[in-house]
Amino acid sequence: MNILIRNGRLVDPKSGMDGIQDVYVADGKILAVGSLPAAFHPDHVLDASDLVVCPGLIDLSVRLREPGLEYKATLESEMNAAISGGVTSFACPPDTDPPLDEPGLVEMLKHRAKNLNQAQVYPIGALTQGLKGEHLTEMAELRDAGCIVFGQPNGFLTNLRILMQAMQYASTFGFSVWLSPQDKNLAHDGVAHDGEVATRLGLPAIPVCAETVAISNIILLAKEIDVHIHLCRISSAEGLTMVRAARQQGMSITCDVAINHLHLSDMDIGYFNSNCHIMPPLRGFGDRDALRNGLRDGTINAICSDHAPVDEDAKLLPFGQSEVGATGVELLLPLTLKYGLEMKRPLVEVLAAITSEPASVLNIDAGYLSPGVTADLCIFDPDVYWKVSATTLLSQGKNTPFLGMEVQGKVRYTLVNGHIVYESEG
Amino acid sequence: MINRNPQLDKNRILQHLLTTEGLPASILLQILDTAESFVGVTERDVKKVPLLRGKSIFNLFFEPSTRTRTTFEIAAKRLSADVFNLNIAVSAQTKGETLLDTVDNLSAMNADMFVVRHAQSGAAHLIAKHVKPGIHVINAGDGRHAHPTQALLDMFTIRRYKKEFHNLRIAIVGDIMHSRVARSQIHALTTLGVPEVRVIAPRTLLPGKVERLGVHVFHDMREGLKDIDVLMMLRLQKERMQGALLPSSEEYFKYYGLTQEKLKLARPDAIVMHPGPMNRGVEIDSAVADGNQSVILPQVTYGIAVRMAVMSILAGHQI
Repeated sequence: MNILIRNGRLVDPKSGMDGIQDVYVADGKILAVGSLPAAFHPDHVLDASDLVVCPGLIDLSVRLREPGLEYKATLESEMNAAISGGVTSFACPPDTDPPLDEPGLVEMLKHRAKNLNQAQVYPIGALTQGLKGEHLTEMAELRDAGCIVFGQPNGFLTNLRILMQAMQYASTFGFSVWLSPQDKNLAHDGVAHDGEVATRLGLPAIPVCAETVAISNIILLAKEIDVHIHLCRISSAEGLTMVRAARQQGMSITCDVAINHLHLSDMDIGYFNSNCHIMPPLRGFGDRDALRNGLRDGTINAICSDHAPVDEDAKLLPFGQSEVGATGVELLLPLTLKYGLEMKRPLVEVLAAITSEPASVLNIDAGYLSPGVTADLCIFDPDVYWKVSATTLLSQGKNTPFLGMEVQGKVRYTLVNGHIVYESEG
Repeated sequence: MINRNPQLDKNRILQHLLTTEGLPASILLQILDTAESFVGVTERDVKKVPLLRGKSIFNLFFEPSTRTRTTFEIAAKRLSADVFNLNIAVSAQTKGETLLDTVDNLSAMNADMFVVRHAQSGAAHLIAKHVKPGIHVINAGDGRHAHPTQALLDMFTIRRYKKEFHNLRIAIVGDIMHSRVARSQIHALTTLGVPEVRVIAPRTLLPGKVERLGVHVFHDMREGLKDIDVLMMLRLQKERMQGALLPSSEEYFKYYGLTQEKLKLARPDAIVMHPGPMNRGVEIDSAVADGNQSVILPQVTYGIAVRMAVMSILAGHQI
């Protein structure tokens, strides 16, 4: 199918382009940008006047809850939520039940996702069997099944020798290792940042050193091994300083921040709002501001939604007993735009954090617009306000700290492989 | 997002008692004044008033407690309410029923008031947010968060012995980290205008940024007790010895236990309080607990009047 996207504001962070341009799509790929190619006859014309046309968004953490946790969400519901949020590619953490530690499970997930013909799913393989931190997974086999990176999302390995061996083995095949830097012993039974709010509310606390001790260990090990490390969900100013220093020393290290930590602090817990029970915990104002600046100076590579739909009943519990996580894939775009507006940063710069930059962290050929690349596109209205509510969210999870808030920026069309997979009313 | 204090309605009238934090001094004083009028009742031969006749009060204890539950029960019965004790720790929850399911079921039995104790911080807030308007929730202790009626009976005791709050130096000694009592005491004392509140504890028993609650931190008990008018001791749970918070109860007693000798460092007319149950020889020496500066038993007596006051105010009866 040939599609002409006419008169849109084309924003491509990778090339730095920001201007009114037509885009021509043919056979699933971008045929041309700007001038009409010879012999192009569109089957479909999308009028993108007053809309922004950018590469499809890339989210580094979307939980589909399959296999095993379908009562929280299903592949169908979450894939649908993703494309309605303009997300055309995403990485999917292995913390399912059972975890993504066997090639068969990964193949099934890839197959089911592919049949839906929506976003591209990139499963993150489990670094250790059952994510237990004891035995390595068959990483090369998992790669053949479709995993492109390997991670341990349920907290940092306590046994440093096993972590070192996992890094060594992964680096043998050139795989990057994705780690959530939180020391389990220091985090212990904590549910909130160790600060005034946790003290007032009497919530068991997680000190910042749970993050910095983990980052320090990861950096010291990775330096020996020469492996690419990606740190998932940085939460503290001090942690960020350590990443910055490691990179200045020439280490191959990247990191991301979740939309929640970019906008919120522990103060948002208010009177025990369990929607703010997320991991790592929301930290202080100073940490939040450091994260916002870290994104500007490039220490943080990407913004992700850290999408984790939770069954409603699991949030209707006292804060400490409520389940960790927040839905978010549909908020990735508006909350990134909100950050850009608040920081007075140009659109072309902030969109990099959800397009070209995460593509480069994942090492995939996506997240930019030029002739010949797959036509994964997000077309959105930057001026429309909408209210985050149980009815406006398509994800099966309705739990987010942003519930009830007005956000700006709404996806009008999402294209994957040159097909319009999502369309909303203007 | 608007975070209105969930304890007050839009006219700033008390609907639930969940914590002493964020309540205006006027409401705290109203409770203390009302309690004064009930002290007489509890000393009479016929100890009943008909203020809550026909009301159903459910004691929902998700955590074992004898003393607090009993004083709430006595308070409710003296107000002529019908009291139902549910020891949920060994019933519905073990059968898989959720906290809010339990509350819904009891609400369907026309409960007017819930007195809730739960091991998780925030449990009483969750219930208060969930119940229909007109049903009142009293927090009888939630995790490490709050125990407002204990703090109020402490305020009542202090006022009885010291008359005013604005000229006092008060020290809270012991396991501040895990103590809902300490948190509620701190908020009540600072709201009522106590100019200097100290906390005395080893660093492993102090929560992060505790000074932001408006207290002065001392690690040396001898230094912290100087010029003190009121000593509020905290219970030290035995399980604190099992981890790496403290080495032994002997060492704790030596450095943070209250003895006659250490009490001499405070003002000569200082009073000694304890929320009970006491661990004699761990946080307090028997000679002090039973000594003439101790007001520990009067605290228990006043606890009934204070809980009567809270219940009657929530039910809309102003004295």
